Amino acid sequence: MKVRAQIAMVLNLDKCIGCHTCSVTCKQVWTSREGVEYAWFNNVETKPGIGYPKDWENQKRWNGGWTRTARGHLVPKQGAKWRILANIFANPDLPEIDDFYEPFDFDYDHLKSAPEMEAFPTARPRSKITGERMEKIEWGPNWEEILGGEFAKRSQDQNFAGIEKQIYGEYENTFMMYLPRLCEHCLNPACVASCPSGAIYKREEDGVVLIDQEKCRGWRMCVSGCPYKKIYYNWSTGKSEKCTLCYPRLESGQPTVCSETCVGRIRYLGVMLYDADRIAEAASVAGEKDLYDAQLGIFLDPSDPAVIAAARAEGVPEDWLEAARSSPIWKMAMEWKIAFPLHPEYRTLPMVWYVPPLSPIQNAAEAGRIAARDDMPDVRSLRIPVRYLANMLTAGDEAPVVAALERMLAMRAYMRSKTVDGVVNLGVAKRVGMTPHQIDEMYQLMAIANYEDRFVIPTTHRELVEDAYDLRGGCGFTDGNRCSTGTSGFTLFSGGKKFRSPQEFIRS
Amino acid sequence: MHDFDFFLFGVMPYSVLVVFVIGSIARYERDPFTWKTASSQILRRKQLMWGSILFHVGILTLFFGHLIGLFTPVAVLDALGIPYGAKQWLAVLLGGVAGIAAFVGCTMLLHRRLADPRIRNNSTWGDIFVLGILWLQVVVGMGTITLTLGHMDGSEMVKFMTWSQSVMLLKINAWEQVIGVHFLYKVHIFLGMVIVAIFPFTRLVHMLSVPVRYLWRPGYQIVRSRWGAKPVRTGLLPIAAAGGRRAE
Repeated sequence: MKVRAQIAMVLNLDKCIGCHTCSVTCKQVWTSREGVEYAWFNNVETKPGIGYPKDWENQKRWNGGWTRTARGHLVPKQGAKWRILANIFANPDLPEIDDFYEPFDFDYDHLKSAPEMEAFPTARPRSKITGERMEKIEWGPNWEEILGGEFAKRSQDQNFAGIEKQIYGEYENTFMMYLPRLCEHCLNPACVASCPSGAIYKREEDGVVLIDQEKCRGWRMCVSGCPYKKIYYNWSTGKSEKCTLCYPRLESGQPTVCSETCVGRIRYLGVMLYDADRIAEAASVAGEKDLYDAQLGIFLDPSDPAVIAAARAEGVPEDWLEAARSSPIWKMAMEWKIAFPLHPEYRTLPMVWYVPPLSPIQNAAEAGRIAARDDMPDVRSLRIPVRYLANMLTAGDEAPVVAALERMLAMRAYMRSKTVDGVVNLGVAKRVGMTPHQIDEMYQLMAIANYEDRFVIPTTHRELVEDAYDLRGGCGFTDGNRCSTGTSGFTLFSGGKKFRSPQEFIRS
Repeated sequence: MHDFDFFLFGVMPYSVLVVFVIGSIARYERDPFTWKTASSQILRRKQLMWGSILFHVGILTLFFGHLIGLFTPVAVLDALGIPYGAKQWLAVLLGGVAGIAAFVGCTMLLHRRLADPRIRNNSTWGDIFVLGILWLQVVVGMGTITLTLGHMDGSEMVKFMTWSQSVMLLKINAWEQVIGVHFLYKVHIFLGMVIVAIFPFTRLVHMLSVPVRYLWRPGYQIVRSRWGAKPVRTGLLPIAAAGGRRAE
């Protein structure tokens, strides 16, 4: 057993209101620069839809993630090492920027500088790449917002696999949900495996996956390797970039920007202990539907004395063990089994998990006929098809998703009788295999969702490995090249113009 | 005229090698962030797939062909009993095919770089210059084949071999070997040396980062450990040791 700790995240989709505050605050902090305008380390998709970049879940097209060979080994789906190197001159699996969208801005200046005209001046779009006029914006980061676009296109969504999807195109039967996405900080990351330079790495102490900007050479294999398409090639610097899980904030015990600013309070951050020795074994189980269980199997119980002893031997700090014991992630993923990995079939063992959303009963008339035992309707009568959620979260296995939805419904029924009728409804708790105490806890964490319950983040112990005295007066966080700001202007070494403001585009 | 030959064949090789070595080290040391391939595939796939593959395969064949051809000692040829004429035929055939591939690929890439607004607007002056000079070099190189076909005994080729090997052996009079060669050869050699000289200042540096190490990197995953980092001052050692950190 080799114990490692990871800061994991759970998103409670049942409470996501699709406000995009996470995406916007993330962008303000990390990607409001030339070269990554098109990159959203965090984005919110309306499902069903093909998403951003287009059709990202279709691994037959993009070849992201891992594939299991006949002999049971894992190789990146885009090819083993020699195959990746053979594609280095031109990567056949690399999306084009139009698959994300061509970044644009508007000529706002024209609104105040236009001469007297017959027609009211407008701010027309302009490409951020070429600086040229864009007559028509073809696609954007959130093109399918609230079921935008025709069903024929949106229903290309891979999660419709095995579903008679036509009826969901009808107005009466339509359904939707939001899916906020960020880097999964996987236990078995395909991006790390695909990087020929060895520039991408996972941090041992907290599991954050980062790209060494000075070591990245821009071979762009990570972009195609990641099945979630969460690595972005900065077309200006020629280096790949990704979500950092806001590690400078995490290190000081603060939640990520997306979590901190989440209006619906749907995000949870906490420590998970796992057995690093069994990653390969878990990621390469034969059946795709077994991957969810396999991943549960490598998480270690932070209350188990054997695990605590092994963790101490590995040097996991004491307050991290303490945090692991009160981890909201452990409760939702392991204890209550209501959170699931996104597309476990990609075999990357993702560490950003999702609580599936409840939805209204399909049809009011039908609802009357449903035998609602203990005030609980059948989850199969919910508007979002269980199979759709299962395709997204458990490689198509419906049973765990059904169990999770039932527990969430049971929590509501239980709390309703408790607070409205003043009756402890043991029947409903028993039916979903939970104790009243567990349901109270679940209610506290998921419905009340206090800040300190949602975010249990131990600080990083830099003092153990660095001499803080030597760091005083240092430059703190920089954008590569030591204390350089990355805007050094002219350099002999083809640094070129590293930053151009929108104003410069308008003038040129 | 001899002064010019002395400069071209006697002085310039050493000058460009010094610029190449010191410049590359300085850049890697001072600004590793700029050390990159500068791929533009994400902005436009069109013309890159074929262009880049043809160009790279062609130019790499030419590069290694020149390297092996010029720096194999003449004595080795004699010992193996390879006639100079036969070696020259091989060079002409292999170089001709690779040259055509490189020419087609380079033309596609150059056209893409100049004509596509997305690429054009994000090209540095160096990006365009590198492609331009490589294109010109391939064209001149192909042009010399027509001259070479006029003397297939391999005598001119041996001159260039002797010259390049003498340069490397620091024989200061090496330049005298090649003063009589045709103007087109001289242009080709001059351009070649210019490419070596601009190497550290352009995206060409990505050649030094060919990731062959990837093939025998153990496993697929990379984990970096902070515990492996050494304390900056020895005064901190007891603290680090107290935690029972394992150095990895």
